[in-house]
Amino acid sequence: MTEKLIYELSRPGRCACFLPKTDVPPAELPSEWVREEAPLLPEVSEVDLVRHYVRLSQLNYGVDIGFYPLGSCTMKYNPKVNEEACRLPGFAQTHPLQSEDTVQGNLRLMYELQSYLAEISGFAAVSLQPAAGAHGEFAGILIMRAYHHDRGDTGRTRILIPDSAHGTNPASTTMSGLEVVQLKSDARGNVDLDDLRAHLDDRVIGMMLTNPNTLGLFDEHLEEVARLVHGAGGLMYGDGANLNALMGIAKPAELGFDVMHFNLHKTFSTPHGGGGPGSGPVGVTAELARFLPGPIVVRVLDEEACTCGPGDEHDEFCYRYELSEPASSIGRLKAFYGNFGVMVRAYTYIRMLGAKGLRQASEDAVLNANYLQARLKQVYPLPYDRPCMHEFVLEGRLPDAPEIRALDVSKRLMDYGMHPPTNYFPLIVHEALMIEPTETESKESLDAFVDAMLRIAEEARTQPELLHGAPHTTPVGRLDEVRAAREPRLRWRPPAD
Amino acid sequence: MSYVPHTDADRREMLAAIGVRSVEELFAVVPESVRFPELRLPEPLSEAEVMEELRALADSNADLDHLACFLGAGAYRHYIPSVVQHVIGRSEFYTAYTPYQPEISQGTLQTIFEYQSMICGLTGMEVSNASHYDGATAMAEAVIMAMSVARGKRRKAIVAPTVHPQYRQVVRTYTQGMGVRVVGDEDLTADLSRLADLIDGDTACVIVQVPDFLGGLESPATLSALAEATHRAGALFVVSVDPISLGLLKPPSEYGADIVVGEGQSLGLPPSFGGPYLGFFACREEYVRRMAGRLVGETVDSQGRRGYVLTLATREQHIRRERATSNICTNEALCALAASVYLAALGPRGLRQVAELCYHRSHYAARRIAELPGFAVLDSRPFFKEFVVRCPAPVEEINDELLEWDILGGYDLGRDYPHLAGHMLLCVTELNSRAQIDDLVMALRIIGEGGGE
Repeated sequence: MTEKLIYELSRPGRCACFLPKTDVPPAELPSEWVREEAPLLPEVSEVDLVRHYVRLSQLNYGVDIGFYPLGSCTMKYNPKVNEEACRLPGFAQTHPLQSEDTVQGNLRLMYELQSYLAEISGFAAVSLQPAAGAHGEFAGILIMRAYHHDRGDTGRTRILIPDSAHGTNPASTTMSGLEVVQLKSDARGNVDLDDLRAHLDDRVIGMMLTNPNTLGLFDEHLEEVARLVHGAGGLMYGDGANLNALMGIAKPAELGFDVMHFNLHKTFSTPHGGGGPGSGPVGVTAELARFLPGPIVVRVLDEEACTCGPGDEHDEFCYRYELSEPASSIGRLKAFYGNFGVMVRAYTYIRMLGAKGLRQASEDAVLNANYLQARLKQVYPLPYDRPCMHEFVLEGRLPDAPEIRALDVSKRLMDYGMHPPTNYFPLIVHEALMIEPTETESKESLDAFVDAMLRIAEEARTQPELLHGAPHTTPVGRLDEVRAAREPRLRWRPPAD
Repeated sequence: MSYVPHTDADRREMLAAIGVRSVEELFAVVPESVRFPELRLPEPLSEAEVMEELRALADSNADLDHLACFLGAGAYRHYIPSVVQHVIGRSEFYTAYTPYQPEISQGTLQTIFEYQSMICGLTGMEVSNASHYDGATAMAEAVIMAMSVARGKRRKAIVAPTVHPQYRQVVRTYTQGMGVRVVGDEDLTADLSRLADLIDGDTACVIVQVPDFLGGLESPATLSALAEATHRAGALFVVSVDPISLGLLKPPSEYGADIVVGEGQSLGLPPSFGGPYLGFFACREEYVRRMAGRLVGETVDSQGRRGYVLTLATREQHIRRERATSNICTNEALCALAASVYLAALGPRGLRQVAELCYHRSHYAARRIAELPGFAVLDSRPFFKEFVVRCPAPVEEINDELLEWDILGGYDLGRDYPHLAGHMLLCVTELNSRAQIDDLVMALRIIGEGGGE
């Protein structure tokens, strides 16, 4: 089942949009500027356009269709009210350069969200500007760099990163002009303390640590790690990708982190959109607040509006909200203030869950992962066998079916109507299958996944060809990725081309 | 309300299967002194209550459904056809993630492939990636790519003073650790010819915006000459462009662009207080392996059927780690889908109509405003939909008074360009009817006469 390209549906003269007529006297067009050839865009009727995209949507798998245990991506179910909230015209139809007086509602929402995130994480200040997790990481590293430079210490150029880290960590480090020093993990999946000690000196800006890490494990030596890094004058960066395990469980700032980014779209529930938009706010300790990317939102007493007498307690009507540039800001990371639409969703989510609901979400995320881990480790090798947090990593290989790889298991899962786990990451596990069920899955859906995984293990022994050829029931079969990379065809070209 | 389905019975059964007595036991590894902190957050609300609270917040803003908007400066109000919301509202699209598993992601993959095709069709370039966070970050990534094309041997990026001020800031933020010198905008009054004098063997790229931040269009000949000077020095010519303008105006490929970037918000996305937006990025094919971001390519499946996959991933962070071309992972896929639907709905003729409406209506507005006593339009160059008006009073004051007329006035250029204090950047799109423009002109006349007090 495939769908034609929209260009292949195109017929000259069709259009799916009717525009107003010109009601002003026409101006003379600048002839040197007018394009001679029309842009190469499809021409389709509205019904053809709608059917095209609806058919394409049917070739997709999303959280609203079924189980999506894509490790590290927190594919939880996202409440529909979030979508309604961010589309309120009072939010969606505001211009980022309107005067602050006319967007007090937006600024207040951002201010409250900054405060909620600070409370959940324990940090003193938050900037909502970064547009995605990797963007927040980049901000965090620039903040650490700026902190040392501001002290006059420019000799520090290194960032320590465990070998289990997301690829964005080293990539963000390079973008900041800094050097990556990779640290080993120990046999229990923690940072190897000896390796850490061996690399700590006055060239270290700081350490980037995902906790729980990408194995889904809470580092057993976290306090010691933080103590050592701080002792060497370095800062601790927390990759907040896995915050879904920690809401109401522990505040990262109290665990010793100095900087952390949040993935609002993961932890605080924005649908992932096929790859964005996201939002990656960054939180810092008081000492680092002045380096945050700006602008951030501050609350000030509105002298005109406040009618309080001496000793009265101010209420919400006494304040106004303003955009403010942190004193030693690393600078602006994108135009305007961040992905506001995602902020509205996160605000909505936090308001509906409250402290108790957030903790419940984290508890059930961890419960679900441990339940799956307990059941699946009976059949699939579990390299780090201890209680996990919100996700865990299995080896997708079976002792009695040596020719079967993690990829085969993943592809076969699609035939059971499920999205596969993350494959081949983290890199320190052979044939990794990284499984993150999230808190929104019922026991029935977890049991169905276990059943599928157990049947696949059985098939691996009895009908390995079924796995090698999988998936069998999807719109297309396995795709030739080598060919795609060797002869890149990255756009449609007219047939005569 | 946690959106969690478990009953207490479920939890008990699961804990038994795990072999622990309580959920708390699973967290024994968390240092006890900081375990289970109290979170001081407001009491949870029901769905009805939260929507009431949000509506109150939203209603306390002055929004563009209730104001005539003449503000642009990087975020624009254009008509969004109904089909756009209906397509991106399909949860098969919006509840998926990055299409790592192509067999069950052909919908997302094909729409990205079509998006890439349309961005190429619009800009005249050979390849496009799947998106950046916004126009500003796309520009910053263009600088990084230009440095990479020069294999790190060139350390200078020249940026025109008429590039969006926030974009110039973002370029500086992005490159602060890379040892790049961003030059060209020290003199904010400089014109493009002075940029050419800065080009040398250390120059990685030259960046211009078309139409520029002040709305104006240099001639294609001037831009071509700058592109040639750039190329003679072995550097890349980067153009940031308004995609709506390309319905009518020459694409950057025709005046020498090597990389074309821009803000795609105009293509079917609401202004949404600054985000989420869409950075588009297109370039010559020879640079494709140095591009940032996701790329979708065509291939075949095991039975020879056409299909699409993420490709050339060896550029990317999850494969190449510290040697990746960029750290970008989550981008703006759903916004790119909105832009694709927008462009497909309009087609070349619809987009031309939108562009012409912007052009004619903005020129009508400029002519009328130029007639007002006290106001002047700086129109030495052609413009597309934005133009600069010199005002008889501080822009902020005029805008405050315009609000009384339910009009959102233009951008105060004095904020970024001291020599343009008292000048307003006005934007007119196809959504500003003649009646709205006439109202603006009347309001300005009265305000200019001091009658608005």
